[in-house]
Amino acid sequence: MSTATPISATQTNMQQLATDVVERALRAGATEAEVVIREGDEFSTLVRLGQVETLKESGARGIGLRVFLGPSGAHRTANTSTSDFSPAGLDHLISGAIDLAKVTSEDPFAGLPEPGAMGQLAGDLDLYYEDVYGLPVAQRIEYARRAEAAALSADPRIQQEKSDGGSFDAATGHKVMANSRGFVGEYRRSYCSLSAMPIAQTEQGGMQRDYWYSSARTLARLDTPESIGTEAARRTLRRLNARRVPTQSVPIVFAPEIARSIIGNIFEAANGDSIYRGASFWANQLGQQVASPNVTVVDDGTMQGLFGTSPFDGEGLPTRRTVIVENGILKNYLLNTYTARKLNMQSTGNASRGLAGTPGIGAGNLFLQNGSLSPQHLLADVKAGFYVTELMGFGVNMVTGDYSRGAAGLWIENGELTFAVEEVTIAGNLKEMLNNVTAIADDLVFRGAVASPTLRIDGMTIAGE
Amino acid sequence: MMTFPEHELHFFQKFGLTGRLIERCLGEALSAGGDFADLYFESIASTSISVDESLVKSASQGVSAGCGIRVCSGDRTGYAYTDDLSAERLMRAARTAALIASGPSKQSVAGFRETPKSSLYPISAADTDAGVAPKLELVMRADRAARAYDPRIVQVRAGYNDELRHILIAASDGTFAHDTQPLARLNCYVIAKDGSKNSRGGSGGGGRVDLSFFEGDKSPEHFAREASRQAILQLNAVPAPAGDMEVVLGPGWPGVLLHEAVGHGLEADFNRKKTSAFAGLIGRQVASSKVTVVDNGTMPSRRGSLNVDDEGSPTQETVLIENGILKGYLSDKLSARLMGMADTGNGRRESYQHIPMPRMTNTYMLSGEDAPEDIVRSVKKGLYAVNFGGGQVDITSGKFVFSASEAYLIEDGKITAPVRDATLIGNGPEALKYVSMVGNDLALDEGIGTCGKDGQSVPVGVGMPTIKLDRMTVGGTGR
Repeated sequence: MSTATPISATQTNMQQLATDVVERALRAGATEAEVVIREGDEFSTLVRLGQVETLKESGARGIGLRVFLGPSGAHRTANTSTSDFSPAGLDHLISGAIDLAKVTSEDPFAGLPEPGAMGQLAGDLDLYYEDVYGLPVAQRIEYARRAEAAALSADPRIQQEKSDGGSFDAATGHKVMANSRGFVGEYRRSYCSLSAMPIAQTEQGGMQRDYWYSSARTLARLDTPESIGTEAARRTLRRLNARRVPTQSVPIVFAPEIARSIIGNIFEAANGDSIYRGASFWANQLGQQVASPNVTVVDDGTMQGLFGTSPFDGEGLPTRRTVIVENGILKNYLLNTYTARKLNMQSTGNASRGLAGTPGIGAGNLFLQNGSLSPQHLLADVKAGFYVTELMGFGVNMVTGDYSRGAAGLWIENGELTFAVEEVTIAGNLKEMLNNVTAIADDLVFRGAVASPTLRIDGMTIAGE
Repeated sequence: MMTFPEHELHFFQKFGLTGRLIERCLGEALSAGGDFADLYFESIASTSISVDESLVKSASQGVSAGCGIRVCSGDRTGYAYTDDLSAERLMRAARTAALIASGPSKQSVAGFRETPKSSLYPISAADTDAGVAPKLELVMRADRAARAYDPRIVQVRAGYNDELRHILIAASDGTFAHDTQPLARLNCYVIAKDGSKNSRGGSGGGGRVDLSFFEGDKSPEHFAREASRQAILQLNAVPAPAGDMEVVLGPGWPGVLLHEAVGHGLEADFNRKKTSAFAGLIGRQVASSKVTVVDNGTMPSRRGSLNVDDEGSPTQETVLIENGILKGYLSDKLSARLMGMADTGNGRRESYQHIPMPRMTNTYMLSGEDAPEDIVRSVKKGLYAVNFGGGQVDITSGKFVFSASEAYLIEDGKITAPVRDATLIGNGPEALKYVSMVGNDLALDEGIGTCGKDGQSVPVGVGMPTIKLDRMTVGGTGR
């Protein structure tokens, strides 16, 4: 059951505090002001070789203030944040922001969103469950222990004397936002996750590890510890006896959990902050064919219960569904208020804001739409290729699109997964890679806020022996 | 117990902490039978200011404070933290952390001894309250210098960040330490455009320094010109080669190779758990005899340096690899105790919300005898890489990557065309065996490195002389 949490005394107090600080900032000289308050609790435990290794439980909170000085159209702006909610701490927060803003430049594009643009999704988005803390500590530890135990008992090659363990994490977050244009909003989100990280080794000595996990907003939707442990073991075992392959160009098939990173690159390419600066290879490309016709990428912050869902964005705009790429055509960038004004467009409700700093751009639930092939059929078409299950490093240049990353996975021969491959790189250029998406499978699952089905890209280079 | 110089200490002055309260918290932390407990008080004030499109679009300041309480019982760790330093909340956090153990209290709090303190960074340097005007001037100067460098530089962003961190550590083993740690950094990122060609460049530097650091040769103009030079160079870069080849790494920041290839694998926690590819290799040859690698937390003003680590232990210089032989690991208190080895003063944490673990400080290779020109001249066909972005390592398999952002082809002993970004990949316990030449030009990086491990980020330094690897895999697209 999703809990539509009743407005408790604490919540009312936090909303009251947020609007009070907004008003005090205006009285202190700000033309406009915006306040964010966040509080959260976290619990985590790691069980290794059957014994509790770490147990952590705590909470913290903070408040962030953004002020604007001067007339609209020539705002100066600054931000302050603090964990000190005492009267002196809040005084310092406000006076600090005003003083700091005086030294910044007038920027015609700076400012809060237009009043008509602000708002929030109504109804229960299925984001908060108190049950993530509902289990007694002993049972949370037991979850982690069972996940590890299932991995350790899966196969004799899984090591019994070394393991990175099983872990259980839970967290809740509460965010309140208010600004001087009348917006007040708040929401709570809960999170729990369970993972296992076994180590496998062969007699020849090569050691490998991998992991598997499940995360959800409620305990009720977590996979069982046994299924997580078993899958973690399967993934670790298939890496054993990995070898290098010669330098060559073959089709690359990205497993879903790795294809996500390509979708993450698409997010960066469509990020309004990079677009107006010309720091993305997708700048000035709206309406152009930027990917194969089978590629449709959507950002949707409104999907019930998912990890990228919230009722409003970091500036108080309702979240929404935005098609970034439709049938290979670039349709929309992801924008907040500032980048939208710079580009003479409308915000897509993608402002992201921490406590400190100006709002950036964040995705909601970002995904590549399913294709029509089963993953098996997709593989069946590959005579020789590389099925990538892990990427390493940060070798992606969003200005040029140059892409070069470390990779590990399995070799594909005649449509079948065969031996394990490691210590190679895969390289290409994202602009070309996205136009060479030759197949997309039908196995989209949201394990996090970014998701992708299995996908195949042709024309990349493997560097190895 | 020792007499606290209470009037001098930040947390006693600003937060009303008392020696009596510290003792009570440690007592409470050990009340369920733990055999070690420590308190880590932290308060941070930070400033961030940036210029973008020649406008100071925003500036930020933040303060945060809190205390993390840890209890160890054998190899188990309980942890709780609070951002409210009242006696009530501290005692509650101590009670939560205590629950990792179960039994009667058996440990008492020993008399405190203050950790002997070096002064690697003058505290007077740490004036985050100096006002933002001089910091703003730094970023404006960087912006102007980058734009003046070449008309093809079309976008410039420059940022200045600093923080002043006060810490106080008290532990049941008698450790008592406090420190005031400044950290500053100036960055410049540019985009160049020439017709349909675009490229990027970035540079930055800093350390545990004050503003005067940026008035010498590490000026805003220096970093701006360096970022601009890289971007202009990249406009005409050719595809990087693909496959195994001879690789020459330039001095300084390419030392990120050591950080990834060996540094992480030598952190004691992975070796205690035997999950590192280096486990059990002490005394064995893991690099060519020309290779000596150290981790040194005691270098004045360096980004990775600390007077005391985040467990209150003094930092030191630790030899990791000597003439190719694996000598030692980087340790914190827990691993030192469980492995029966010395604590090397490498217990670090991101903040009071995090459990400390073994981390690197400044990690570098000592100079050899070769002249850098001779090293390049010895290569018939290969890659010369001088600037890198980040890297990553899989501790267990030993495979590591690091990504070149400025590299050139070497053809017949000469540096020729610049190449596009490419990732280099290798195997930690093997890669340094291919080091055949070591230059006499050790340099440390400019002071911008941040290392991530288990979700915790800490500032680090790296360094290296020019070296030649007879074999390394270059992840380009060309032939």
